[in-house]
Amino acid sequence: MRIPTLNPSNYKNYQTIGSFFVFLIALSIIFSCLPFCLIDNLGYCQESENYGDTIIVGSIGDARTLIPILASDSASGDICGLIFNGLIKYDRNINIIPDLAESWQIKNNGLTILFKLKKGVFWQDGAPFNARDVEFTYKKLIDPDVKTPYSGDFEKIKSFNVIDDYTIEVTYKEPFSPGLASWGMSIMPRHALEKEDFNKTKISRSPIGTGPYKFKFWKSQEKIVLEVNKDYFEGRANIDRYIYRIIPDQSTLFLELEVEGVDYTGLTPLQHLRQTDSKFFKNTFNKFRLPSFGYAYLGFNLKNPLFQDLRVREALDFAIDKNEIIKGVHLGLARVCTGPFLPESWAYNESVLPRKFDPKHALELLKEAGWQDRDGDGVLDKNNQRFEFTIMTNQGNDQRKAAAEIIQKRLKDIGINVKIKIVEWSAFISEFIDKRKFEAVLLAWSLGRDPDNYDIWYSGKTKEGEFNFLSYSNPEVDSLLIDARRTFDQEKRRAYYNKIHELIFSDTPCVFLYVPDSLPIIHKRFKGLDPAPVGLGYNFIKWFVSLDEQKYKRIRILE
Amino acid sequence: MISYLIKRIFILIPLFFGIILISFLVIHLAPGKPTGIQTDLNPKVSMEVRKRLEKLYGLDKPLIVQFKDWSFRLIRFDFGSSFIDDRPVWDKIKERMPITILINLLSLLLILIIGIPLGVKSALKQGSLFDKTSSSVVFLGFAMPTFWLALLLMGLLGVHLRILPISGIKSIDFEFLNTGSKIVDIARHLALPVFVSAFGGLAGISRYMHQGMLEVINSDYCTAAFARGLPKNQVIYNHALRNALIPIITILGLSIPGLIGGSVIFETIFAIPGMGRLFFEGVMARDYPMIMGLLVLGSIFTLLGNLLADIAYAWVDPRIRYSK
Amino acid sequence: MNFLKPLRKNKLFLSGSAIVLFLILCACFAPFIARFSPDAIDVDNILMAPSLKHLMGTDSLGRDLFSRMLFGARISLEVGFIAVGISLIIGMLLGAIAGFYGGFIDSLIMRFVDLMLCFPAFFLILSVVAILEPSILNIMVIIGLTSWMGVTRIVRAQILSLKEREFIQAERIIGSSDLRIIVRHLLPNTFGPILVTAVLGMASAILIESSLSFLGIGVQPPTPSWGNILIEAKSTLGIAWWLTVYPGLAIFITILGYNMLGEGLRNWQKYE
Repeated sequence: MRIPTLNPSNYKNYQTIGSFFVFLIALSIIFSCLPFCLIDNLGYCQESENYGDTIIVGSIGDARTLIPILASDSASGDICGLIFNGLIKYDRNINIIPDLAESWQIKNNGLTILFKLKKGVFWQDGAPFNARDVEFTYKKLIDPDVKTPYSGDFEKIKSFNVIDDYTIEVTYKEPFSPGLASWGMSIMPRHALEKEDFNKTKISRSPIGTGPYKFKFWKSQEKIVLEVNKDYFEGRANIDRYIYRIIPDQSTLFLELEVEGVDYTGLTPLQHLRQTDSKFFKNTFNKFRLPSFGYAYLGFNLKNPLFQDLRVREALDFAIDKNEIIKGVHLGLARVCTGPFLPESWAYNESVLPRKFDPKHALELLKEAGWQDRDGDGVLDKNNQRFEFTIMTNQGNDQRKAAAEIIQKRLKDIGINVKIKIVEWSAFISEFIDKRKFEAVLLAWSLGRDPDNYDIWYSGKTKEGEFNFLSYSNPEVDSLLIDARRTFDQEKRRAYYNKIHELIFSDTPCVFLYVPDSLPIIHKRFKGLDPAPVGLGYNFIKWFVSLDEQKYKRIRILE
Repeated sequence: MISYLIKRIFILIPLFFGIILISFLVIHLAPGKPTGIQTDLNPKVSMEVRKRLEKLYGLDKPLIVQFKDWSFRLIRFDFGSSFIDDRPVWDKIKERMPITILINLLSLLLILIIGIPLGVKSALKQGSLFDKTSSSVVFLGFAMPTFWLALLLMGLLGVHLRILPISGIKSIDFEFLNTGSKIVDIARHLALPVFVSAFGGLAGISRYMHQGMLEVINSDYCTAAFARGLPKNQVIYNHALRNALIPIITILGLSIPGLIGGSVIFETIFAIPGMGRLFFEGVMARDYPMIMGLLVLGSIFTLLGNLLADIAYAWVDPRIRYSK
Repeated sequence: MNFLKPLRKNKLFLSGSAIVLFLILCACFAPFIARFSPDAIDVDNILMAPSLKHLMGTDSLGRDLFSRMLFGARISLEVGFIAVGISLIIGMLLGAIAGFYGGFIDSLIMRFVDLMLCFPAFFLILSVVAILEPSILNIMVIIGLTSWMGVTRIVRAQILSLKEREFIQAERIIGSSDLRIIVRHLLPNTFGPILVTAVLGMASAILIESSLSFLGIGVQPPTPSWGNILIEAKSTLGIAWWLTVYPGLAIFITILGYNMLGEGLRNWQKYE
């Protein structure tokens, strides 16, 4: 799944594949249990004794919308992932497996996919799921009035045919390798939404899906409560209730963890290394260190005259010491990154080396570009204008704030004045990012499994709400992006992506900062965890708490 | 007394008008100035924010019309929709009001229950060890920054000793508790915030009480009462105390804006979902409608508080109560 | 100089002024006393406990806390002086006009004072800072603009009581202009009572600035302010006590100092 999402950097969220639909869908093991579980009165299902309890997940950011095709941030993505399903999903080793689609056939050299959908799947309000829902979702994705950032993949479709209630044939205009993966997109209910205006807020706060959890209620900036869907087609999840608790402050979130008011959250490097080794923590929680699926960067608004000279951008890269940030902010729990791919990905170009920290060289480049300290005030100037700009980042993330401060200091050393502005997450996205009202931003991308990042770097993806908010444009990269999607040959694709990596690195639309480790921590009573290459949460519906350890009383699930 | 009260209520009207005027001025500091608008070369995009604000505040109309619209909307409590989630500001405030009011009332209560006796006792035992110690403690209390106190208490009681919860107002499994436990749960959560909120006010009231009592006890009529042989307690409690209490009412009224403002800090620190924290969230999100709504509301509360204090004062002070 | 004698015996005054003086010295000589630059990031020495090298330890970016505290003192003083300065200027102006001319103007000004007192000051300050974006200048001006009310009342009261005195009548008779009377004769007599308000006002201004900085909308990084250092204290509660204790203590002692100074002055005036 290469759907990228913006990340408020709750570390746990890094594992998600930009995805609300892959986050916790488990696979194989359920097959053995399923037939038994369907027989209610037998009660023979292995998991039935372990039903119950509640998991409280802590997050610093609130969700913005529960309409999956509009959700671009990981908080919204997490919740949507529990409520909705896509046609496909990933197993623990990042292979594509069936979700709502029972099987599929790829025909015509990859031009056509024929999906056979599962029968007997129901929406959470009782209506049956069928191909019309998939068609409805597709139509909304390509609807120009709907502000979805994911339309790109679906605009490649030449024809979408509903052959019968459970069979769909999708034909693309040309071979499109990320195509199959793009069908991990959450499918939405036609009967509930077809008359609604997608840009109004009412329906974004009362979703109906096919997934393992039903939406119960949402108290803004406080909590979102989900209850288990007893009729989920893969079998009922074990944990009865999922509460997403919003605590917009990392230290308060940690304090809540300490008093066991939160069961599952991401730790900061400091917390992971220095604050969770007491006896209490060792006895009560399990903590993990996993590679995350995203990178942080300092992005420039390329429409701003300050950043239009390549030499200026290169200079900024030379002036920032990435290792200092990794050491100081992440205490070593992160890696350097040089391009828009994950270091483990097959698309990453190892031969692209990071720019070494060299403030002298930075000053030379800036001088070439016309920036010098002519009036002796310690700040570079040009045409009587001082080199000053504001870095914006989101509230609640101390690591980003600290990284911003380090950058501020390094840039001050070479004569650039930087202000730091911190804004609450959802306002940050809707008022500043979506509307391109910024000079520089310190943010992170949560990447999908497929390296295709067309949505972020393609020069046309600059509408409001779309992901190329830096306004990057390089025709060669554009055509490489298109070529890489057209072929299914991984070697060819690797060559294209390596070139893209090189080009983007030298264009420097942003300074690539680091790939942080993901540091989740979970209360010991939850069993069944499996830290897998795809992440920790892929088999969430298999997690359970044995009866004697359950903390929150079993609730009666009202029909 | 009636005429006194009527005069008082009458004055509220121009004050309310003044609130509307000043808040109107404050809004006009905003539009057209969000940073980056000059550097944003995409006119279509920056137009969006302008359009939203314009629609909300009618900025393109002549000033007088704007002002008239703003006034009418305020009277109907229509503060517009929050920029964060498009919900009406008034609805969001209504959700959070009860908690803030509860905490502030409890603080006031605590201030009165502890502050007044403290002030009285130290006045009566003027010069004693008790007086000296309590005066010093009070003085220190005055200087203590509330957020520091909150941090210290949080660290000590919340983290190291773990005896009190440090955030929110209910435990997560609140819904499963019986009524008795529910009350205890809320009480435990409120303990630290109420204490922190009351701390500064305590010092103040205790000092005023102290000074007030001293003045009154040394006044002529009290000396006369003692001289005439009235029992000491009767003089102190029936006569001196009553008279000393009167200015306290006004002071309480005057401390309401302080309490409301202070709630921003401790609600943010203790993660209490009240009005103060709503205000802080609005500030962090540059949610102008919310900020304006809470500003106007805060002022209205202050006005009401003062009015109540005036009514109480009028009732308690016989000179006013029995006047025409 | 007899009137100074009670001052020397006045314990409150003495201790208060000692503290304030110490603060001023720290602020003035900060660049000389501090061993490190306040924004010198040192990622190898993050969150070190106090030691000989770092007298108060280091913060989460390895910056020396002691140096940051010294420079923070500058900010506190600056904010205090300028905010109080502004409130004094406005207060004296309005109070003088109200007291001297009386009548309609007096009512108008006093109603305006009542109006300003209706707004919870902190809310008003927060709103304006949020809208105008935080900067030290904005903060100082705004605090000043919301704390002149007390000064106005005192000045007005003083002027009302002095207005009808003989020396003022004398000035009128010889034809001095109103401005001259106000500025050269009336206002100087208000300095006494105003002094106490000014000193207490400094304490209040410093408290407001630290609160704003603590909430994140006051002094912005990397400029150190005692309030914004406490932001980090919250994140590291339990593992870095020095970040909580020292800045908070500094704010506390400073406010205490100003309060004692103010009280001392007030007591002195009462006995004058």
